[in-house]
Amino acid sequence: MDHFPTNWGRPRNDAFDAYATYPIHQRPYNGPKDSFADGVQRTQQPIVTGTSVLAIKYKDGVMMAADNLASYGSLARFKDVQRLHQVGNYTVIGAGGDMSDFQYIQYILEELSIDEISAQDGHELGPVEIHEYMSQLMYARRSKMNPLWNSLLIGGFKDGKRFLSYVDLLGTTYSASTLATGYGAFIAQPLLRKAVEGREDVITEEEARKILEDSLRVLFYRDARSLNKFQIAAISSAGVSISDSMQLDTAWSFAENIRGYGAQTQ
Amino acid sequence: MNRLKSGEVNLGTSIMAVQFDKGVVIGADSRTTTGSYIANRVTDKLTHVHDRIYCSDTQAVADIVHNYLQLYTQIHGAHPPVSSAAGMFQDICYDNKDALSAGIIVAGWDKEVGPSVYNIPLGGGLFRQPWAIGGSGSTYVYGYCDATYQDGWGRDETVEFVKNTLSLAMARDGSSGGVIRMCVITEDGVERLFVPGDKLPKFWEGREVLSGPVKKSVEPAAMAIE
Repeated sequence: MDHFPTNWGRPRNDAFDAYATYPIHQRPYNGPKDSFADGVQRTQQPIVTGTSVLAIKYKDGVMMAADNLASYGSLARFKDVQRLHQVGNYTVIGAGGDMSDFQYIQYILEELSIDEISAQDGHELGPVEIHEYMSQLMYARRSKMNPLWNSLLIGGFKDGKRFLSYVDLLGTTYSASTLATGYGAFIAQPLLRKAVEGREDVITEEEARKILEDSLRVLFYRDARSLNKFQIAAISSAGVSISDSMQLDTAWSFAENIRGYGAQTQ
Repeated sequence: MNRLKSGEVNLGTSIMAVQFDKGVVIGADSRTTTGSYIANRVTDKLTHVHDRIYCSDTQAVADIVHNYLQLYTQIHGAHPPVSSAAGMFQDICYDNKDALSAGIIVAGWDKEVGPSVYNIPLGGGLFRQPWAIGGSGSTYVYGYCDATYQDGWGRDETVEFVKNTLSLAMARDGSSGGVIRMCVITEDGVERLFVPGDKLPKFWEGREVLSGPVKKSVEPAAMAIE
């Protein structure tokens, strides 16, 4: 209907929709949504990544180690990154994989700690609770096809008991007295097992440190995404202590006389 | 990587060669990776194709050129010029350009021309340059090289330049690392230099990571009641 008398009886353009009648106006829908109906997938690829994390149980508690590198593909982009994070008074979480997702995890755990404090119920978050929370979170994200692309080691000491467990982007969890993620799972784990298994209650702090350092050295030799700058965290009855950055001694002098790849002598 | 011969895939590296008044310095890192596993951390990537001509490690192609240069020496009774060696590399790379992806640097000394450096990138073109860098690590040091290189350097300054450049490349490129190997090629011979991985020149390494004091959880303070 044209309301303007001056247009009546004059040429008109029916192709122009003056009152915006098409498409028909939809009422907003705020009910339950089916993510799969749209075929929307949010599984990402990790961009800025951390490599292996290692952890072992020793006599007084749990020790964890990780280097200070965040890589951007093959570029060693950020060389001063802390991949071991303290949560509360009893736990350390170490992360490999996407670093932005790890920063998000740190934020979530901070919120969790604040909630726990304000509850004032006499309970404190320990490694068991942190691990349970993380494994629920990681599996839930995986089931929504939007994972937090990390492999995490959670270690701690509370009420006289040592705790060490793994959780990853798929929601897989497992526990042992020696754990390693990334390349560490292939290269360091056999070394850690040999040194630790059966002797968890005997290994001193110095020995534990040495075992981790030896494994980190092999990883620095063989993992092209690693750095010779790392930290070691120790959690015991004395609390959580994350060391300053350290560097390892490496052996290269044997290579001086190597020549060529086959028959070359010069 | 070379596909002519099966073997280790040398993906990623840092190589360079620089000319100076009396000769050339050719240098390389020592890391061979398959993906992100370091298959060899002490590789020798400086391949001898002639007594005064070295190239960056390309194995299959280098073997062929080495063979041709030995024939040349026998046939001509004289040492081959570097330009001939570079030309041989170029022919092989250009004719097989679809099958090969090797970026080659050839450097050496000959009587006719003195020192020279040739760069043969992927397409198989031939480029003579006073200094050449190659490999995945080289992308990180173009700026440093452009800013630092000067004509007219002597042997020691050139060796410093190569050492610093390769260290910077190895510090950032995951596919490069290990030790630095260098050859100083002059009329009198080839001098091998070696810098172990713990003695590399250090540059900015990121700030010190100092972990903060142990966080004590905040004790809730009771509100003052009026």
